[in-house]
Amino acid sequence: MKFAYAFPLAGLALAATSAAQAETITVATVNNNDMVIMQSLTSAFEEAHPGISVNWVVLEENVLRQRLTTDIATGGGQFDVMTIGTYEAPIWAERGWLVALDDLLEAYQAEDLLKPVRDGLSHNGSLYALPFYAESSMLYYRTDLFEEAGIEMPEQPSWEEVREWAAELHDPANQLAGICLRGKPGWGENMAFVSTLVNTFGGRWFDEEWNPELDSPAWQEAIGFYVDLLGNYGPPGASSNGFNENLALFSRGNCAMWVDATSAAGKLYNPDESQVADRLGFAPAPVAETPKGAHWLWSWALAIPASSDKQEAAQTFLTWATSQEYIELVGETQGWTSVPPGTRESTYANENYQREAPFAGFVLDAINSADPTDSTLEPSPYIGVQFVGIPEFQSIGTQVGQTIAAALTGDTGVEQALQNAQRATARTMQRAGY
Amino acid sequence: MTTLKTKVLPAEGHLAATSSGARARHTPLMPSAGMRRLWLTLLGWGIALIIFFPILWMVLTGFKTEAEAIADPSLIFTPTLESYVAVQARADYFKFAMNSVVVAFGSTLLALLIAIPAAYAMAFLPTRRTKATLLWMLSTKMLPPVGVLVPIYLIFRDLGLLDTRSGLIIVYTLMNLPIVVWMLYTFFKDLPRDILEAGRMDGANTFQEVVYLLLPLTLPGIASTGLLSVILSWNEAFWSLNLTSSNAAPLTAYIASFSSPEGLFWAKLSAASTMAIAPILIFGWLTQKQMVRGLTFGAVK
Repeated sequence: MKFAYAFPLAGLALAATSAAQAETITVATVNNNDMVIMQSLTSAFEEAHPGISVNWVVLEENVLRQRLTTDIATGGGQFDVMTIGTYEAPIWAERGWLVALDDLLEAYQAEDLLKPVRDGLSHNGSLYALPFYAESSMLYYRTDLFEEAGIEMPEQPSWEEVREWAAELHDPANQLAGICLRGKPGWGENMAFVSTLVNTFGGRWFDEEWNPELDSPAWQEAIGFYVDLLGNYGPPGASSNGFNENLALFSRGNCAMWVDATSAAGKLYNPDESQVADRLGFAPAPVAETPKGAHWLWSWALAIPASSDKQEAAQTFLTWATSQEYIELVGETQGWTSVPPGTRESTYANENYQREAPFAGFVLDAINSADPTDSTLEPSPYIGVQFVGIPEFQSIGTQVGQTIAAALTGDTGVEQALQNAQRATARTMQRAGY
Repeated sequence: MTTLKTKVLPAEGHLAATSSGARARHTPLMPSAGMRRLWLTLLGWGIALIIFFPILWMVLTGFKTEAEAIADPSLIFTPTLESYVAVQARADYFKFAMNSVVVAFGSTLLALLIAIPAAYAMAFLPTRRTKATLLWMLSTKMLPPVGVLVPIYLIFRDLGLLDTRSGLIIVYTLMNLPIVVWMLYTFFKDLPRDILEAGRMDGANTFQEVVYLLLPLTLPGIASTGLLSVILSWNEAFWSLNLTSSNAAPLTAYIASFSSPEGLFWAKLSAASTMAIAPILIFGWLTQKQMVRGLTFGAVK
């Protein structure tokens, strides 16, 4: 009888000592589905690395960005692993806020990471963040509606064709919008999409002397097209729709077409979440004047702030969460459509993934053909497809996003909106000393 | 006194109906009086429902599935605890709730400890500058908090107060102090000075005066001030999100972790929010009488 008590006690004592030795790292991340899965697999990491325990801080994207910026800019040292995007990685690396990840182990297979993604997270040849998942953008459409109307999707659709199809399929009486696009203002919301549209219409944010070009003919044409397309053939209240709202609309069958992140594919193909899973088609993001910059490149990545005093443990976590083994672990425990996409060649070579995710090869092509260093028809001084990789862009992008949303709702004309945007941007850039 | 109480009590909660109801009992019933009372009752209920509706909708959404939550609004659905289970699996509610309780009550106690002597001095021993001091204190509330975020963050970093409950208690105390002093000052000012003077005649010193006369006599006012401070601290989200990460994060940080621009999360967010407001809601219900009494304290002389 006494033994029966002794064993659990010994267990407790052991647990207490290992807990006392364990180093606790704090990981800050966003509340996206792939990160929620990572959080739920924490115990697998802690079992494999008994010396490290993980604390999570999960916040909404914008709150997280502000929170992390405050901490990293002041050297607060509150976080050991941070979730950042391709926008922040080079900017923060330049300021010396991030730890360079040059000495990765052979077993990690850094060369397996997709090149455009790896380049997007590098600065001066050093990698500063490891990609957790990556995405491009593409066109989703309803195969049943296209068949009914006798439309055949070409290999590379153009925006002009998209407008014709949208006009044909638009059926507000049956709650069907010809097309759904982002309208909610924000540099990561409507401007992510609008920037790709402007790129393919031949426009750019800045000329090589950093003069804004928002009132150029290309911008006028692109925004005029956007307002006309979404205003006439979009869902009601399109100016308040972001990624989530459009995802809900499309998966409920309220959109004939939708151009947005490739990471939506897994959700749209999941019959539990989507009513159109069996009627889903996809095509490359439409183009107009030029194919350059017509689809974006974004990656959520994990980085170690220079202010962390547990960098070694943090790196252990980082390499685990972005490794091939982690992707396999997710595939086996959560299903292959749930694996974090867009980071590794090996994911796309995996037979299980190819079988379960018919969009796989397509997403790989989209990511591989996105080039953040050369995304505009005329040369531009900045890096980034759907954003401009300078610190000022957060405020510029959001401000321009608001003026474009105002044009979409009809509060201001397109020309007026772009003039306002041009003036505001020129002022911000002048103040920033460009 | 007792008759008055029994008359008023049944109608409590329907303030609009109370006055007409009381009058209806004393005047001979005219046909229009009944109608008027009915209308007022309906109006009272209507307004109460409109105010309460967002909370009700949040509670209902918490019991839906994510697909139902984002579908067209409907009152008919099969309630499920799915979201609550998911929410609890992701984060330990009790850790966050404990932080909220400690921080909200800790900062309120500290604020009262500082504010009672301050308000006493201002109410009973005013100088030429008292009015100006009071206004100056209030002016600190006019600064947007984000304006001092970086300096405070740096000070906290150097003092090792980041992500600690004591750090949050200090910030909340300072944040609520102007309001607490102002409220106590108005309550104290309403107290006839003669009572304190009588105490002094009987040989009470300042400390005894405060403890045996001032505090018992203004207790409802102090209680409602404290309650307000607790509620303000409980709901504060800017500082709690910015100054904590994992150890001292209160319920506001807990709710924030379920919001996202990508993916379906409405039901989980609602479930988390319901759990976050539940303690303060219950606390509010239990202390409702104190609150109303305190807020109307001294209104009628």
